[in-house]
Amino acid sequence: MNKYFFFLLITTFSLIGFAQQTTFTGTVIDGSNQEPLLGASVIVKGTNVGITTDLDGKFSVVALSSDVLVISYLGYTTKEIPVSANLIVTLEEDVASLDQIIVVGYGTQAKREVTGAVTVVNAETIESLKPTRIEQALQGQVAGVNVTSTSGSPGAASNIRIRGVSTNGDNRPLILVDGNVVEDLSVINPGDIESYTVLKDATAGIYGVRAANGVILITTKGGRKNQKLQYEYDAFVGFQQTTRKLPTLNSKQYALLVNEAFANNGETPPFSTVVGLNDTDWQAEVFSNAPIFNNNIGLRGGTEKAAYAFGAALLTQDGIVGAGKSNFTRSTLRFNFDYDLLHNLKVKTGLFYTGTSRSTISETGLGSVLFNAVNNAPTFSVRDANGDFTLAEGLGNEVINPVHQLENTFNSNKVDKISGNFGLNYKFWDDFTVETRIQFNYAEAYGDNFAPEANYGSGKVFNLTRNVYGEYSNYFRDYTYDSFINYKHTFAQAHNLNATVGMSAFRTTGKFNGLTGFDIPDNSFSNANRQNASDIVDNFQNGGDEYDARLLSHFARLQYDYDGKYLFSGVIRRDGSTKFGPENKFGIFPSASAGWVMSKENFLRDSKSVNFLKLRGSYGIIGNDRIPDYRFISLLNGEGAYVIGDSLIFGTAIGAISNPEIKWEEQYTADIGLEAEFLDYKMNVTIDYYTRRTEDLLLVPVVSGTLGVTAPGSSAPVINGGDIENRGLEFSISYKDRINDNLSFTASYNFATLKNEVLKVNNSVGFLEGGSFGVGQPAPSRMEVGKPIGYFYGYRTDGIFQNANEVASHPSQQVLGANAQPGDLRYVDINEDGVINLEDRTDLGNPIPDVTMGLNLSFNYKKWDVQTYLYASIGNDVVRNYERNQNLTNLTTNYLDRWTGSGTSNSTPRVSTGATSNQVFSDFYVEDGSFLRAQNMQVGYTISDAKLDSLKIKDMRFYVSVNNLFTLTKYRGFDPSASDGSPIGGGIDYGFYPVPRTFLAGVNVKF
Amino acid sequence: MKKIINLFLILSATVFINSCTDDYVDVASRDVNSEDFFNTSEDYQSALIGAYDLLQSTYMNVMLGEIASNNTVAGGESATDVIGIQQIDDMMHTPVNDQLKDIWGWMYAGINRANYIMEFQDKIEFPEKQQVLAQARFLRAYYYFELVKFFGDVPLVVDKRILFGDQFEIDRTPKADVYTQIELDLIFAANNLDYTTIETGRVTKGAAQALLGKVYLYQNKFDDAANVLDELILMGPYDLVDDYETIFENDNENNIESVFEVQYTDVEGAGFGCLQCSEGNVAVGFNGIRNYTGPVFDSGFSFNLPTQDVYDEFEPNDLRLPVAILDIDDWATSNGATFNTGFEHTGYYNRKYIARKGDLNTGDQNLTNPNNYRAIRFADVYLMAAEAYNRGNLGDDIARDYLNEVRMRAMMPLVTATGAALTDAIYHERRVELVGEGHHFFDLVRTGRAATEINGFVTGKHEVFPIPVDEIILSGNRWEQNPNY
Repeated sequence: MNKYFFFLLITTFSLIGFAQQTTFTGTVIDGSNQEPLLGASVIVKGTNVGITTDLDGKFSVVALSSDVLVISYLGYTTKEIPVSANLIVTLEEDVASLDQIIVVGYGTQAKREVTGAVTVVNAETIESLKPTRIEQALQGQVAGVNVTSTSGSPGAASNIRIRGVSTNGDNRPLILVDGNVVEDLSVINPGDIESYTVLKDATAGIYGVRAANGVILITTKGGRKNQKLQYEYDAFVGFQQTTRKLPTLNSKQYALLVNEAFANNGETPPFSTVVGLNDTDWQAEVFSNAPIFNNNIGLRGGTEKAAYAFGAALLTQDGIVGAGKSNFTRSTLRFNFDYDLLHNLKVKTGLFYTGTSRSTISETGLGSVLFNAVNNAPTFSVRDANGDFTLAEGLGNEVINPVHQLENTFNSNKVDKISGNFGLNYKFWDDFTVETRIQFNYAEAYGDNFAPEANYGSGKVFNLTRNVYGEYSNYFRDYTYDSFINYKHTFAQAHNLNATVGMSAFRTTGKFNGLTGFDIPDNSFSNANRQNASDIVDNFQNGGDEYDARLLSHFARLQYDYDGKYLFSGVIRRDGSTKFGPENKFGIFPSASAGWVMSKENFLRDSKSVNFLKLRGSYGIIGNDRIPDYRFISLLNGEGAYVIGDSLIFGTAIGAISNPEIKWEEQYTADIGLEAEFLDYKMNVTIDYYTRRTEDLLLVPVVSGTLGVTAPGSSAPVINGGDIENRGLEFSISYKDRINDNLSFTASYNFATLKNEVLKVNNSVGFLEGGSFGVGQPAPSRMEVGKPIGYFYGYRTDGIFQNANEVASHPSQQVLGANAQPGDLRYVDINEDGVINLEDRTDLGNPIPDVTMGLNLSFNYKKWDVQTYLYASIGNDVVRNYERNQNLTNLTTNYLDRWTGSGTSNSTPRVSTGATSNQVFSDFYVEDGSFLRAQNMQVGYTISDAKLDSLKIKDMRFYVSVNNLFTLTKYRGFDPSASDGSPIGGGIDYGFYPVPRTFLAGVNVKF
Repeated sequence: MKKIINLFLILSATVFINSCTDDYVDVASRDVNSEDFFNTSEDYQSALIGAYDLLQSTYMNVMLGEIASNNTVAGGESATDVIGIQQIDDMMHTPVNDQLKDIWGWMYAGINRANYIMEFQDKIEFPEKQQVLAQARFLRAYYYFELVKFFGDVPLVVDKRILFGDQFEIDRTPKADVYTQIELDLIFAANNLDYTTIETGRVTKGAAQALLGKVYLYQNKFDDAANVLDELILMGPYDLVDDYETIFENDNENNIESVFEVQYTDVEGAGFGCLQCSEGNVAVGFNGIRNYTGPVFDSGFSFNLPTQDVYDEFEPNDLRLPVAILDIDDWATSNGATFNTGFEHTGYYNRKYIARKGDLNTGDQNLTNPNNYRAIRFADVYLMAAEAYNRGNLGDDIARDYLNEVRMRAMMPLVTATGAALTDAIYHERRVELVGEGHHFFDLVRTGRAATEINGFVTGKHEVFPIPVDEIILSGNRWEQNPNY
């Protein structure tokens, strides 16, 4: 009523005062769907005469014929249009604009006024990258975010690292989907995502606990009020293939090399002839093209009071290794519903269901499928004359026939998950808002596996004389409850104050059930179930099958700005965690940030070239509690089992060594950044420099064995024992332009440098070890003061001994395993004590890239669009650990250049079946893993003409797309992005399952 | 009215915000706190099983007892396969050695579990308490004795757990004091246990006496050794198994000759990441024949290979030779078996402790072999007693009688020597009778023969192994390293 009164008043006033004014009417429509926009603001420029549009998007305003109307709507580009009769104003959505409202934790803020290092990626980018997992849409899009795959197998997880590795423990960022904590991103359908926001600096501290590794906020596609129902259907079909096969030796090359190795040790060469041998390409036997399908349907709409959205999707994907044994299916359902119960009381709800199903093969490790494919001898056939699988005799204890191995692989893993959120938002006294919301997840993960009785050859460690059946069903529940009050007021038109106080409680509980049984009848998977198994063992008889972890936080935030020019924000948060003992349960973590919008100052206000310039800085402390539960008390969850009276009796024993003193790990982050818009907002630049120092790092050190730490089921205590620093520069630039009505383009580029340094390891020995290399060798990776975390620690080589004199004049290498001979690797006597031993190991590189960058290009020409996403990682090292180095295992063609006599090679050692020290971990096995990858390239064609109108189709886009088209790298293994993500022990390649190349053809239809 | 509603909302919001008090994050663990245990006799029995568990980890002690001596070489896949074992074989070991570190840690793990029971020994009373404590003290003594054998002076902590932080306070205790404690524990065990037990595998009076005798012998306390071993021989229910060949087979475990036997099973295994977690005898898989296909035996990793030297130590027609040492080439030829040769292949395998066919090997083919380790055989008791009588000048007649008990079973001619010649005969007998059982290195050291028998053995250095360097550093860098390391 007020509104009409006001309108009437204005109109009347105007009519009286300015007789020459007339009434103009018009309609405001949404450019994206041609629907009317309700509630758009129409203001006569230079006055405060204004009105909002009605249900049909219509407005009528009294103005001079020379007046200009300013038409704006939240999230759309504001337009200025001279008045005329029956105006039709089309507003375009402005997703990248500075006015974009972004979620910053218990509230929203215009991007323009954000004082933290925050990057937003929108649905368009996600849609065009066609990821099967959301992590893939992060790679290369946000400077400072590094994503590595643990495997290219369908459904495999990725590791997200925001601004490097800051702890030797859990480095995962906090990921919230509509406010709901999500640990496993495989359950998220990328098609449901509206946008994601990455908080990289101390301002993430508003999220408190677990925000130390950064925060990723994912917003799902919701409906919008006053919007007609819209449908969208997206489907693609494609196939995947391996990006690379390793150049292993063919049977002739292999036989020659093996003969030479035997001869070099004075043994009889095993191959009397090298021609006419069987020649099996084991990699070709295990790799195949694999299909992928995706269907995604979404609908969204809204009424005056409600907004709703619904989505459903189905993804099925087969693996490129072991056709039929490796696959992933995901079905998702999503429903979002927002409703205004009263004009000042809003309800927001969401409900999600995800079901995934996954089968896997043996990957990453000694004896995994690809490891076997690389090492198995080409002279063996897959099957012998009787049709039985060939045994990989003489190839060491772990290398087996990979086709046989795949045949005997049986497992199924399913997850059913329901998530939901419910929130109430109540506004009162104009300036106050109270919001309370609850988010929950419930998941069941269950599956079974079967390993049949099998003989892979003499002494193979995978031989089973007794088949094994296993099953599990695990339950996970969590909820997050948030409640906060916000006060927002503008004083004297320029002093904007925004204060929030609130609390958050998080509880996660779970229960694990698992059993192992034996002797399934007929050695057959079809009989594999609990009823048919004998000698069933409970996998959790030592306890540890239930958990209950909680967090309790209270926080307050004060935001103040003066006229949007000087911005300030301060947060203080008190977090409590069940992970710590009574004395150290709670921690208090403050952070502050400030910004200066220089473009609002007089000296820039009228600048033609600089449209926007903001300098911002932040500093703060964030706590981290990501350690296992109850490490502050000593629990009886160790393993104590012994054979008494001829049967195995399970007793009681102490588990992990406790440390009552453990307390919050603290991260001190400083960030200074610059954001700028140039050339009529066509060019955008963001620069950030940060240092992030983790103190009182929660780590599990090597401790004295005297404590009994190596008892079964025990482990070292968690201590606050180290400092790590990450420093980096992040830069991103984008330029978009519309050359003419037919041609427009966008180009964006970003890079991030990262320097990681361990400042303290407070465990007496000064380092921690991890990873593994070869068989029975010392750990190759370390965390040590002055070095990047997880650097490779081994021997440095200095070429090859060319002759006996060189051997004689060099310190003895016998301690490494054997006295050197000409043709062997020469190790450097680092400590110059005249002998080569364990003390001569040194820094051989590290798996952390120095620089990562992304380049994204997109062109639209008439109805065509072309997009390219490139990603590069520079300076990461990879350890080649897929060579088994047995007398008869295969090798790659690199060994064709081996040393065969003085002067023949100074890089690849001789081959010999005798004892050598060439297999100890040295820089011979460390390679530069820098790479440039074409993540996605695609071409689309959009039809939107009248013919489709009869089908109610707005537009229709057809596209073809290639993911991972090519990778430029010097690395000789399958995939230079190989890493299991371990802070200490990452970057070691056991025959990494390569991320596949995927060819897709798809259609996107909007109704 | 509206104001009241608003006020109400503000109030309820405030309540929301404070609805969780700090005790929300005070949650009791689902697993029992170790401070709240020992409330029933079952609790004591259960914790005792935990203390027994670490006996299974002594497989490495047994392997190194052979490999360090002139009985066997390291073997394995290659010169770099378990470098710690390779270096000990070559007497090139240094304070950086994963296997020595394992032994240190595993023995202390056992000690802590036994001490955990002792820490709470007075909490409740129950009828069989003395027997529980006796077993716990035997186990503690067993683990400490291993430590003393390997490292000499070691930190001695009794009747309480070593908690995190304590490691910076404790010093190495002189070997003699550790021995004193070991003797006290074993005397207590012997006095509170019976010779027989309903459940096989448990510690008995005999086991305590035999170990006590051994501990005396290691200190050259011949009188004490002779006394306790005599009593054991006279009063104990033990005898030699007639057929030497059957002693080490799985169907003859816990036989009449077994005074103490470490129990293993093939029903639950573990991985390489936690070898001490296996319920099987890891040494058996490590010792096994490389890539073997054929009857009787199963494959393994070809470690711990007998040398020609020990093969030649056997007298002609000693029927123990083919039981103790497998000539793999002969065997392969006569049984149509195949195998591969690994590093340092000698042609011989430690037949007492290599994998047999027909085991379940649950979890891992090589790490879950069920072969019990015959830790103290009655033959060993006879030979120890013989040595005590001979070297203690307590009577060569009795010494010879005890020695000849063992020789008679082996169908070897009786020894008639006296004095030093008898000593040598006893040493010879110990070597051939007990080859492959992990005693020889320590026998050589305690009798002062190591330097002449073992290549590379340096007197004044190699009698004990170096304290793992990490252990020194991690305990506050206060301990002296063993001499010359």
